[in-house]
Amino acid sequence: MTGQIPSGDAMPTVNYAYLDEQTKRMIRRALLKAVAVPGYQVPFGSREMPLARGWGTGGIQVTASIIGPDDKLKVIDQGSDDTTNAVSIRRFFARVANVETTEATGEATIIQTRHRVPEHPLTAGQILVYQVPQPEPLRKLEPSELETRKMHAWAEYGLMHVRLYEDIARFGHVATTYSYPVLVNGRHVMSPSPIPKFDNPKMGQSPALQLFGAGREKRIYAIPPWTEVKSLDFEDRPFEVQRWDEPCALCGAADSYLDEVIIDDAGGHMFVCSDSHYCEERRKAGHAGAMLATSTGGKLAASNGGDR
Amino acid sequence: MYVAVKGGEAAILATHDLLAEARRGDNAVPELSTDQIREQLGLAVARVMNEGSLYDPRLAALALKQAQGDAIEAAFLIRAWRTTLARFGSSLPLDTAQMAIRRRVSATYKDLPGGQVLGPTYDYTHRLLDFSLAADASEIPCRPPSSEPLAGSMPRVPDILGREGLMESEVPPADDGRPFDLTRDPVSFPAGRDVRLQSLARGDEGFLLGLAYSVQRGFGGNHPFAGEIRMGEVAVEIVPDELGFAIDIGDITVTECQMVNQFTGSADQPPQFTRGYGLVFGHAERKAMSMSIVDRALKGSELGEAARYPAQQEEFVLYHADNVEAAGFVEHLKLPHYVDFQGELELIRKLRRELEEQRAGRSSTPHVEKKEGAE
Repeated sequence: MTGQIPSGDAMPTVNYAYLDEQTKRMIRRALLKAVAVPGYQVPFGSREMPLARGWGTGGIQVTASIIGPDDKLKVIDQGSDDTTNAVSIRRFFARVANVETTEATGEATIIQTRHRVPEHPLTAGQILVYQVPQPEPLRKLEPSELETRKMHAWAEYGLMHVRLYEDIARFGHVATTYSYPVLVNGRHVMSPSPIPKFDNPKMGQSPALQLFGAGREKRIYAIPPWTEVKSLDFEDRPFEVQRWDEPCALCGAADSYLDEVIIDDAGGHMFVCSDSHYCEERRKAGHAGAMLATSTGGKLAASNGGDR
Repeated sequence: MYVAVKGGEAAILATHDLLAEARRGDNAVPELSTDQIREQLGLAVARVMNEGSLYDPRLAALALKQAQGDAIEAAFLIRAWRTTLARFGSSLPLDTAQMAIRRRVSATYKDLPGGQVLGPTYDYTHRLLDFSLAADASEIPCRPPSSEPLAGSMPRVPDILGREGLMESEVPPADDGRPFDLTRDPVSFPAGRDVRLQSLARGDEGFLLGLAYSVQRGFGGNHPFAGEIRMGEVAVEIVPDELGFAIDIGDITVTECQMVNQFTGSADQPPQFTRGYGLVFGHAERKAMSMSIVDRALKGSELGEAARYPAQQEEFVLYHADNVEAAGFVEHLKLPHYVDFQGELELIRKLRRELEEQRAGRSSTPHVEKKEGAE
């Protein structure tokens, strides 16, 4: 009981940005509510998308609801524009929304991301759309949705603090390195999505609008610009971010999140910026890390920064 | 080397070509047509229609071809197509009592009005490989129709029990409006029966089969009787606003199963049988039976039964029955996670370093273990 099968390998005739206008309107209403109550998870009628659940369908639906032909879209995964799923999502929007794409953080009006906040500071007017696998920060403590919704309603977050305390008691540290829970606007404990805790401080008092879409779990939440976002901690055990002993091997940055890359069979490794655009910009500006000083390093950098 | 970290658009496009090649297989072997799939792999088509939540054997056959026979991938393709379709209304409830029966069996009565109609089934075959099917083309002669036509009336077994008051009655509530649509609205808990049945109807056959089996083996309290299983064609009727009366828009094949379960009664209700209900597209008895057992298990909360086991726990069943969602999330672990993994590496090295320092220094050592998986 369907319409006709479209001929050839063409996309079925679908609306601009894939979603129909009613659906976009429904999602925009959820977004408005989310912005009005920062950090609160708004249930929404998440649609089934032509990309797999868990592969960014929440972020894709949010982006599809806010994007227009004048936007410039950047998509990153693990900080990079060139990872497989980022390429796939960027191609999707180029195809269904006829939108200009970019890798430059500063030029993008919408940045859809998985697992990172770009290093380049965001500016007013930009929108950062996070893909969220599990929107419920309390889920690992309480599996039932019925219960966790009550806990949020009553701001009953003691359990979370006990967990952090137990980590410190057992390991000497909070043993959470990503999805590190935050308190938004002094009211809702929120999952920042699995970004490294390194990125948590970038979420607070940001001039940009931050939107979070969890497609499989059917939730949307938001952090409006200039909102307080506090990573949970204790007075005598303040929140800390990751630090590396060495800077990026390609651009020499000492202030960025680094990925470890194995470079030989003996497990030798180098550290490079996770944010590939940030790294490239720095190299263009003349910064050089340790690997660029050697001849192999020069070759590596050339193939890395090659044609796109 | 570092280059390998980069995905590369060209490499992704190449995977599309390789996939097309793998799908086609040996070019010397004639290509499968979707008509062949629809006609000769009907049970696979039914499964894809159920889990894809769309009654369209033609598209289900196409999806199966595109997915190389992978039922979950095919259901995913159907769902992604279905989501773009406009909703133009709800049908009237199907009247399965009026079904054009092709198969109808009851395990609770030896004989009943209308009789047992065995129909096309594997139930009474011996599972011996039939090598004659491996030989080329054979035409199956059509069986001549039975000299006796089927009875005009085939009452449903729970209705027979209901007349005596032995079966719980399931009367739609007075304000029974449009059913909830879980593909359009987010589900909240506790969920209504309409939500549960929708979720089960599109749920993974294997998952529901396992849950139903667990109920039978003791991880759940019900002892079900297959009151009736019927399969055949029913008319779909809608009432267009412009007309104000029902019109028949076509027939669909469905399988319906009603399980009869004992219930010893409660303070408010006399002892009577309770019902588990399963209704699915196409010929899909295993799915319909599993669905009806799980439906009954989930009814426990309304009947004051304790929800001790997975099959009785609504959030557990409804959140995890959807194989397209489950497959997406399990398989998303293939996506890069190196940013988070880097955080874990850094932490575990730090913890190990601290442990070594402590060992070198004093004696007492905290027990180091790791938790949490990737997200």
